[in-house]
This record gives sequence, C-alpha cells and structure tokens, in this order.
Amino acid sequence: MNWRRAALAAAAAAPVIALLAWGMTRDPKEIVSPLPGRNAPEFALGVFAPGEPPLARKVGDTIALASMRGKIVVFNFWASWCLECRVEHKDLSFVAQQNASKSVQFVGVLYNDVPSAGLEWIGKMGGQAYPSVLDQGARTAIDYGLYGVPETFVIDASGRVAYKHTGPIPAALLQAKIDSLLAAPAVQSPAVQSPASR
Amino acid sequence: MIALVTVVVAATLALASPQAVTPPPVSAIVVPTQRSTADSILEARTTEVAKGLRCPICQGLSIQDSPSEISQQMRALVKEQLRAGKSPDDVRAYFVSKYSEWILLAPEAKGFNLVAYFAPALLFLGGLGTIALVVRRWTAAGESAGESAVAQGAVAADAGQSTQPD
Repeated sequence: MNWRRAALAAAAAAPVIALLAWGMTRDPKEIVSPLPGRNAPEFALGVFAPGEPPLARKVGDTIALASMRGKIVVFNFWASWCLECRVEHKDLSFVAQQNASKSVQFVGVLYNDVPSAGLEWIGKMGGQAYPSVLDQGARTAIDYGLYGVPETFVIDASGRVAYKHTGPIPAALLQAKIDSLLAAPAVQSPAVQSPASR
Repeated sequence: MIALVTVVVAATLALASPQAVTPPPVSAIVVPTQRSTADSILEARTTEVAKGLRCPICQGLSIQDSPSEISQQMRALVKEQLRAGKSPDDVRAYFVSKYSEWILLAPEAKGFNLVAYFAPALLFLGGLGTIALVVRRWTAAGESAGESAVAQGAVAADAGQSTQPD
C-alpha cells in the first residue's frame, strides 16, 4: 500500500466527513430567534376568549403591549389543532393563577385558527385562566418570527423579549423565568432560546 | 310564438344598437390598464422577493412555492410592504430581523457565507485538475510501458536473429 497516497486521501476526506458529522448533530427545524434581548414587537389585538377571574378581560377589548409597560408579559401562541398545546395548557393556566397578584400578565394568541374552534378547545380543556386574542392574518405571529405552535415569549417590564420558548413550556421553567425577572427586571440578561422540542 | 320571436328580435336589436352599449370614456379605459400594469409589476416584485424567503414550516420550499397558510400570509405581507414603498432589500431585512438569516433560501454573499458561493467552483476545478493529473500519469505510464515493450521486443528479435543457425 502507498501510505503517502492513503494519508493524502484521508486528509482530503476528513473535513468533508467532519462537516457531515456536524450537520447530523443539528436539528434543521431549530431556528435561533434574533428576538431575545430586543424590544418586543408591538401588538394591539382583540380579545375573543375572556379568561377567568381575576385575570378575565371582556370579549372585544383590545390588549396592547404598550399598555402593559411595567409588567412582565407572557405571550403564548397556540391553536386548537395543535397537539403540543394540550401538553402545556394546564401548566400555563396554573402559573398564570399563581402569579395573578403579581405584576405579570398572561396573553394567549390564537394562531391560524377560528375563534369558535378556539373557544370549543378551551371548553374541552377545562377553561383558560387568562384571556386570548385573535391575530388576523398572522401579522403578529410573523412579527414575532413564529414558525409553529406552541411558542411562548416572556417580555420583561421594559418591553424587551427576555426569553423565547419553542414547544410546550414546563410550569417550573416558566415560573423560574418570571421569578428571575421579578427579582431583577432591570438587570436581567437576555436569555437564549431553548432547544427546539420538535 | 310570434310574440316571443318579436321580443327576442327586439332584445337583440336593442343590445346591438349603439345607444344600448355606451362606449366607456377614454379615461375609464386608460386607468384600468395603468392599474393592471402597476399590479403586474407589484406582483412580479412580490414573486421575486417571495422566491427568496423560506417557508417556516416546510423543507426547502419558498413562501412563493408553498401552499401553506403561513407562507401565503407572509407573501401577502411582502406584497403589502412593497406596495407601501419598501424596497425588496427592506422587505428581506424585515424578515431577517424576525427569523434570522435562516429565512433566506440563499445566504447573503458576505463573510463566511462566501464559502457556499465559491466552494463548489473551487471543488469542481480541483476535481478537474485531479482528473487531468491522473489521466496524464496513466497516459505517460502506458506510453512508457509500450515503449519498453517495443524495446524488449526488438531486443528479443535481435537475440532470435543472432541465435538462428546460418
């Protein structure tokens, strides 16, 4: 065997193999959002599902991000056709109720769905503690760089995206994010997007 | 029957008469034409931008080619932004600011991305060079083998002649 030739061939093939191996470790569906650390896109959307007291809002009311400055906003995109939304639904309602007396506002956003289906889904799931709004034409979803549901954005008191979560968000993780923002809202460092669960 | 025929003939004549079909004013003809031209230009610009933006829920499809709802909504937004006076670069920058550079089907030709543009050409040229080199070596080896065979044949022939009895 010609060892010199074999070494040359191996040296030429190694970077290609390394590149392919690195590619195998990547999830092609995972998108690193550029939003964490930036100001959250403004929205003003109409309520279609009122939620439950004490977090209830009237159907038809407009919920605007600008009117929630000084509060931590948990902005969750969901749909009645989304299976994974079922997984996180109770956790979200539970955390919303746990933080009802604090400066925290939960808002659900119905994504590419019709209100009647959304209301029926909420009924089947045993209610939703916080109000949900309609996003006509998915303009707000695109503004938030959404590529699927569920996705949750935690916006700090200054209106900056502190955290984005793709897939069902566990109650403990969400509560930890809220606690850290409540403890030090002004110095909270931008969080990175969690690994995509899909 | 005669009454029916009379009615039909009268209706046909009425429709055919110049008074029944008033020709539209010139402005009414020009404006839709201008509008349709502007619409077709806007549509073409929308298509050009949409072809370069990735559908977020598909595999390798642009929002122009994908029939998904979110792609159609993104395409509508592209059109709306272009209509509002934004340039194609502005629209692309908007989507990059929301989805990162991932949203572009072709990476921007700058920095490390240049590798994606030049590597294929360099690899192609390298491959051609390697093939040329190998073929040249094979050819040279074949020629030298042929020459040595001819030379050996000549030597053998000489030897045969010298061993033949007179």
